[in-house]
Amino acid sequence: MQSITVSEVKKAADFFVSEIKNLNVRPLRLMEVCGTHTVAIFKAGIRQMLPVEIELVSGPGCPVCVTPNEYLDTAIAYSRQSDVIITTFGDMLRVPGTETTLLDARAQGGDIRIVYSPLDSLEIAKANPAKKVIFLAVGFETTAPTAAATILTAKQQNLSNFFVLSAHKLVPPALEALLAMPHVKVDGFLLPGHVSAIIGLAPYEILGTQHNIPTVVAGFEPLDILRSVYMLVKQVIEGRAEIENQYSRIVPIDGNKAARQVLEQVYQPCDAVWRGLGKIPGSGLELKSGYNEFDALAHLPVKVGHSQEPRGCRCGEVLSGIVKPTACPLFGTACQPEHPVGACMVSVEGSCAAWYKYGAGRWQM
Amino acid sequence: MCLAVPGKVITKIDMLGTVDISGVTRQVSLILLPEAEIGDYVLVHAGFAIQKIDEEEAQKTLELFKELGLYAEHNG
Ligand code: SF4
Repeated sequence: MQSITVSEVKKAADFFVSEIKNLNVRPLRLMEVCGTHTVAIFKAGIRQMLPVEIELVSGPGCPVCVTPNEYLDTAIAYSRQSDVIITTFGDMLRVPGTETTLLDARAQGGDIRIVYSPLDSLEIAKANPAKKVIFLAVGFETTAPTAAATILTAKQQNLSNFFVLSAHKLVPPALEALLAMPHVKVDGFLLPGHVSAIIGLAPYEILGTQHNIPTVVAGFEPLDILRSVYMLVKQVIEGRAEIENQYSRIVPIDGNKAARQVLEQVYQPCDAVWRGLGKIPGSGLELKSGYNEFDALAHLPVKVGHSQEPRGCRCGEVLSGIVKPTACPLFGTACQPEHPVGACMVSVEGSCAAWYKYGAGRWQM
Repeated sequence: MCLAVPGKVITKIDMLGTVDISGVTRQVSLILLPEAEIGDYVLVHAGFAIQKIDEEEAQKTLELFKELGLYAEHNG
C-alpha cells in the first residue's frame, strides 16, 4: 500500500489544527475511550497542537485497568493450586491484586504462562492432560470473539482440561453508564476503532439519539485522531449528535458479522463490575449454558480472601475522566511504572502509565 | 490490548492462514474472518484475523490527507 511522506503528514496536521481553531469553540471535553488512542495522542503530541478550549480526557478503554481486584485475586488463588496452569496475555502479569501480582505468584512457583493467542492455551492443555489450564479471558469486543472461537475449538476437540476465567467487557453500556454519572462531563466521544471493527456502528447510536452526544469512530494514526477531533467539534458547532465513521478503511458499518456470531454462540451479556465504575448492567459476558463446562468458576473450587482496591489510588476517577492522573497524590511518587499501586499505572495503555511516560507541558499544571 | 496489526494473507488452508506482518510470517486463524482470501490485507489480533482492510477506502483516506496537505500549503 502507498504511504504518505512526513512533510505531507505535517501539512495535513496543520490543516486540521487550523480548521479546528477556525471553528472557535467554547471549552469542550472530548473523551478518547480507547487506551491505544491515549498512547497515540501522547506520542504524537496532539494535546499541544489543539486550542486550549479542547480538552482530551481518557476513558475506561484499557481492559486491564477496568478489571477489578477481585478478578486478579481469583486468578492468583487459582495459580496457587498445584494442578492448575494459568494462561494469560502479558499485560495482566504486573497488575496488583489486593495483596500480590501474578508475577509474584509465578516467582513463588505458580505455573503462569504468557500466550500470544488464546488458542495457544489449547496446545498447553493437550500437552498437560493431568493439569487444568485456565485462560484469563479479559478484553473488550475486539478480544472476546477470539476467546469465544477458542472455546468453540476446545469443544470440537473434546478438551476437558481447558477453562476460562471470564471478565470480558462491552464498551457501549459502559459509555452510557459514564454519561449517567453526576460528575462526568463529556461533550463527545472518540470511539475505539478496533472494538468498532467487530460491533459496527449501531450499538453506539443510542449515545446520539438518547444522550445527545456526538461520536466519531477513530483510527489510530495522528492524522486519523486530528480528523476525528475536527469531525467531533464540527458536530458540536452544527448542533448534531450523530455517529460518524472516520476509520472506514477498517470499520464497515455493520462490523464483523462472523465474529459476532461466534461471540453470540458462546457468550451472553451479563452485569459486570468495572474498576471505579461499579456494576454496570449488561456490560459483561458470561458463557451460555451449552458452554458452561468451560467456566472455571463453575467447576473448579477456589478460595479467595477479601478483595479491596488499593488505598489512595484514584484509578476509578481517572478511568471515568473525572480527574487527570496528576491529581492522584500517589502519581509519580509512591506509584510509578516500576512499582505500580493501581492498575492504571501498569498497562502500557493505562492512563497513569501514559501520563507518567509522556506527560510534560501544559496539562501538568 | 485491543491493538491489532495489519498483514497480508499469503496462504489459506481451511480456516488457517499465514499472514505476512511487516516481513514476519505468522499463522493466524481465519475463523472470525472466513471471507479472507490470499492477497487480502487483514487486521490481526491475538492470533486471529478480525477484519479486512478496505484498500480502496485506505487509498481514499490517504488521498484526502495528501490533498488537505497541499491545500494547507497553498492557503497557509
Ligand atoms: S497514579 Fe497510581 S495510585 Fe494514582 S490513580 Fe494512577 S494508578 Fe492509581
